[in-house]
Amino acid sequence: MISEFQPWISDVIYESICYIRISRESLFKRYSISLIHPSKSRPAMNFTELKDHLIHHFGATLILKDAAAALQPSLNLPAEKIAEVCQFLHENEQTYFDFLECITAIDNGPAKGTMEVIYHLYSIPYEHALVLRVELPRNQEGEPLPEVPSVSHIWRTADWHEREAFDLVGITFIGHQDLRRILCAADWVGNPLRKDYQIQERYHGIKVAY
Amino acid sequence: MTDHNLSFSAEKTGVGGVVITKLDDLLNWARLSSLWPMGFGLACCAIEMMGAYASGYDLDRFGVFPRPSPRQSDVMIVAGTVTFKMADRIRRLYEQMPEPRYVISMGSCSNCGGPYWEHGYHVVKGVDRIIPVDIYVPGCPPRPEALIGGILKLQEKIRNESLLAPEALLQLTSRESA
Repeated sequence: MISEFQPWISDVIYESICYIRISRESLFKRYSISLIHPSKSRPAMNFTELKDHLIHHFGATLILKDAAAALQPSLNLPAEKIAEVCQFLHENEQTYFDFLECITAIDNGPAKGTMEVIYHLYSIPYEHALVLRVELPRNQEGEPLPEVPSVSHIWRTADWHEREAFDLVGITFIGHQDLRRILCAADWVGNPLRKDYQIQERYHGIKVAY
Repeated sequence: MTDHNLSFSAEKTGVGGVVITKLDDLLNWARLSSLWPMGFGLACCAIEMMGAYASGYDLDRFGVFPRPSPRQSDVMIVAGTVTFKMADRIRRLYEQMPEPRYVISMGSCSNCGGPYWEHGYHVVKGVDRIIPVDIYVPGCPPRPEALIGGILKLQEKIRNESLLAPEALLQLTSRESA
């Protein structure tokens, strides 16, 4: 009926319907992965496939530990490799992790003596996900902060996430363009989310404790 | 003085009315009838404060109308969590307000640190640690009715003040003369 009287309306409706139904093919087109033809697009990779894919490219020594049975399966990598691996996972046609969901930093406490940085990766066109973990030795008082290569040049998201980890947990990200505190005031002392953090007695003359 | 004398019909007939009052009372009445708060909010309490300003509760009927500058404000409603990062700014804004100035501390965070009292390394445990507070409004967050209650309490406080004979000044001068 619509096309009979006003043919242009049906075109508009048709196009908008097409736009709403974002298929994997259209995402490939939008992200301009020209090498993968929609009809030949590969299926999403599961955890084992992703792990084998990484071992194939970086060798078996890359993966220190894996948690395949976890709800979100993860791979432990050596800290110095993280930027290189992320760059590969970001650019590789079969993985194409275009979205860094989150960077988490954890302090396991002075007793364990370790800290962790966790990367949640997701590929929007493939709809597959991967968790990367890096374990670091925890620094003693007076020692320099633990160091991890920055991934902020790969995903802009990482910029503020790394600043937050630096601010609250105290981890240095090598190669970050602007590594300074993001939540606490610039003149804050200490990293509040460390297990052994002691609250300051006073801040700018104001008593901190209740 | 009766209501009859102040009615419009009385004005039209030229029958005037006379109001006799103390200058202090007149000044206080004027001040408490147009308490202009500083327009700023810090956290979820600010949402309730905005609700109180808006048409549902309409704080404007009390002459309460937020101002965009501390220079034009009579009262500071501290609505929300005061972090140490914000504390310096709040103190400066308070200092920029002309006297006589008042502070309403709205909600648990601003009263005493609220849920952050024990582990909130970043929260000032009560805004009264940085500026003097006149009225504390309890709640987390307080409903608009509670904020209005706080404003009415502040009006009551102003009604009993004397600008012409300020208590603190009188105490000071009497101490000096003694």
